[in-house]
Amino acid sequence: MSTTFIPLNQLPVGSTGKVKTLAADGIERRRMLDLGLIRDTTVESLRKSPAGDPVAYEIRGAVIALRSEESSKIFVESI
Amino acid sequence: MGLTIQSTSIGVLKEKFKVELESSDEIVIALAGNPNTGKSTVFNRLTGLNQHTGNWPGKTVTNAQGRFKHNEKNYILIDLPGTYSLFANSMEEQIARDFICFGNPEVTVVVADATSLERNLNLVLQILEITDKVVVCVNLLDEAKRKKITIDLKKLSDRIGVPVVGTSARSGKGLQELKDTVEKVAVGKIITNPFKIHYDTVIEHAIEKIEPEIEDFVKSRFHKRWMALRLIDGDNAFQDSMNAYLDMDFSKNAALQMKLKEARAMICQELSDLEELQDRIVSNIVSIAEDIRNEVVFSNRTARYKKVRDIDSILTSRLYGIPIMIALLGLIFWITIVGANVPSALLADGLFWVEGQLSAFFFWLGVPVWVHDMIVYGVYRTLAWVVSVMLPPMAIFFPLFTLLEDLGYLPRVAFNLDYYFKKACAHGKQALTMCMGFGCNAAGIISCRIIDSPRERLIAILTNNFVPCNGRFPTLIALSSLFIAGSFSGAFQSFAAAIAILAVIVLGVMITLLISRLLSKTVLKGLPSSFALELPPYRRPQIGRVIVRSLIDRTLFVLGRAVAVAAPAGLIIWVMANISIGDESLLTHCAQFLDPFATLLGLDGYILMAFLLGLPANEIVIPILIMSYLSGGSMLELDSLTELRQLFLDHGWTQLTAVCMMLFSLNHWPCATTLWTIHKETQSWKWTGAAFLIPTVTGVVLCFVVAQGAALLRLV
Repeated sequence: MSTTFIPLNQLPVGSTGKVKTLAADGIERRRMLDLGLIRDTTVESLRKSPAGDPVAYEIRGAVIALRSEESSKIFVESI
Repeated sequence: MGLTIQSTSIGVLKEKFKVELESSDEIVIALAGNPNTGKSTVFNRLTGLNQHTGNWPGKTVTNAQGRFKHNEKNYILIDLPGTYSLFANSMEEQIARDFICFGNPEVTVVVADATSLERNLNLVLQILEITDKVVVCVNLLDEAKRKKITIDLKKLSDRIGVPVVGTSARSGKGLQELKDTVEKVAVGKIITNPFKIHYDTVIEHAIEKIEPEIEDFVKSRFHKRWMALRLIDGDNAFQDSMNAYLDMDFSKNAALQMKLKEARAMICQELSDLEELQDRIVSNIVSIAEDIRNEVVFSNRTARYKKVRDIDSILTSRLYGIPIMIALLGLIFWITIVGANVPSALLADGLFWVEGQLSAFFFWLGVPVWVHDMIVYGVYRTLAWVVSVMLPPMAIFFPLFTLLEDLGYLPRVAFNLDYYFKKACAHGKQALTMCMGFGCNAAGIISCRIIDSPRERLIAILTNNFVPCNGRFPTLIALSSLFIAGSFSGAFQSFAAAIAILAVIVLGVMITLLISRLLSKTVLKGLPSSFALELPPYRRPQIGRVIVRSLIDRTLFVLGRAVAVAAPAGLIIWVMANISIGDESLLTHCAQFLDPFATLLGLDGYILMAFLLGLPANEIVIPILIMSYLSGGSMLELDSLTELRQLFLDHGWTQLTAVCMMLFSLNHWPCATTLWTIHKETQSWKWTGAAFLIPTVTGVVLCFVVAQGAALLRLV
């Protein structure tokens, strides 16, 4: 299994990843944590919107859509 | 000091939170919870019609308060804004937190969604850190059952140490038990023992350092631990609140500040910095929520989501997503337009009959003719027109839209369109405010509150008018039926009229995006805000209740507006049309004055005059125009559209005139109600002025280009 982490927006639709690091600070970071994106949380990429962005993810039982501006800052390990 | 907690908090409740107690033994209950948990249903069910909605003082966030009686006791229920957390990331979170801390409610009820408990536990645990007097209401149990999710409520209650009541507020189940439990906690029959969150050792040490220093201030309001953490964390919003509500400025307390410094240094030694502290705090709560969920919730995960995913895979798919959206919107329009015809006709007939009675009454009273004419032909006729033309469409559109909202479809709209709004440097949720604007621009403005970022909210507010409201629909429909469809024959007529309107709306949307982008690049520069949109599961809407509530709200609104706006406007128009200076009426003089400018735009003086006089309400533009053209000084009921068409043709209308008038109807100043709402929401004359100018200038430019362009092409 690869130990390099990829940004969430590069996780293919249908795949799952484990959150490893967040490249955000301050309020943005807190918002992400509040959504449940703490270390080792499982995230599944569900589908893209018609234009390709935002993308819907399943995070701790909720479906949340994130723009690539945000999802590019969430680094996951593909599983 | 002579001030008891009781008396000071009543004072705080009144001044700072605008909560007025009817008697000193009224029990204050705070209602908190995530958005989308059916919290409003719980609120509505408990308070019925005995509620009133306003704003939190000084903020544009909705505040609803209601009252109910249970077992001879009086309760006042405060509906806090729906929030996912209390870390004060947004205005809503700050308000919710401030009320729980400083509003001193006797009980805080937290409504949680049974189908998404883990997420909801985040807020529950945070609230438990602040106060002991909590009752958790696990709502939407019927939905959970449908999704084969079971929750061990007793175990949950044991685990978190506070009472848990299961409800299906929609059908009224569990509400009696909820009220009983709230009462028991309020009077002390149930003593809660909330779960304490334990943090890493170094954080615990830091808390222990601070607690003694704040012992005196806290008393029994909220937990010392929580306050200590907030202070160590450097939470400025909290400090500001302490200052605002309790007049306490901790920056002046030297001993405390020293201890805080020591505590922070201690933490920074072990963790890398204070950011890491915040990480740990939030992570801790999230993991505990996960643990609890694993213990008390039982479900078949895959089965649960499959259905929603299947639906969404079509509704938000690359191919079908947007076409379906447009089709759905078109369907709503079509139902509104077609469905409104019969009620409109009925209302018109009924009101015309009343007019006859009114006339007879005046005649019997023996008032002078001009008084009768003024009141009946001026005021009453305008009122009658507005009510019969406006009420049916609004009474249909709004309930339909609310149903769609309850169903859970609207976030999918924002999801589909966000990309285009991002390109315009605006927020995806603006799409939703535009949808609302189709019903009524004033309602659209208020709905802009769903956009958190002030910059993007302002863009949505300033451009909302480019979406034609129900008041402008009759104008657009009449013009397109009369002049656009006229060139086509038979079956194609209604089709052509519909296409013309769709074209106008699409144009409106494109102009919105363009102007949004323009504003983003010039006056409202800034970066796109963060966008995290929850796509909740679809829910069966409570059709009956939604329709009734929406119907009542909208009917009252239209009637209120008709009386307050249309009636006086009718009076003014009648006066202007019937007072003569020289040979011509005042109305004609004004029209002639405006004519040169209007002609440049492909319109005429009367049309422009009609728009100007239509400032109070867009729906009176066509009636005013008819009245002016007839120069009989009053609105007559034209028996057929052909007569109307002939009337316009007689005044020099061409197809171009109709097109220009439709364009101007789409792009001109907002109506008075909308402008007033904009002022209330923005608290700024500057932006209200901008909201007036932006669509107007766009309209003038557009009409000018089209009119002159057409003229040029013809001449060539």
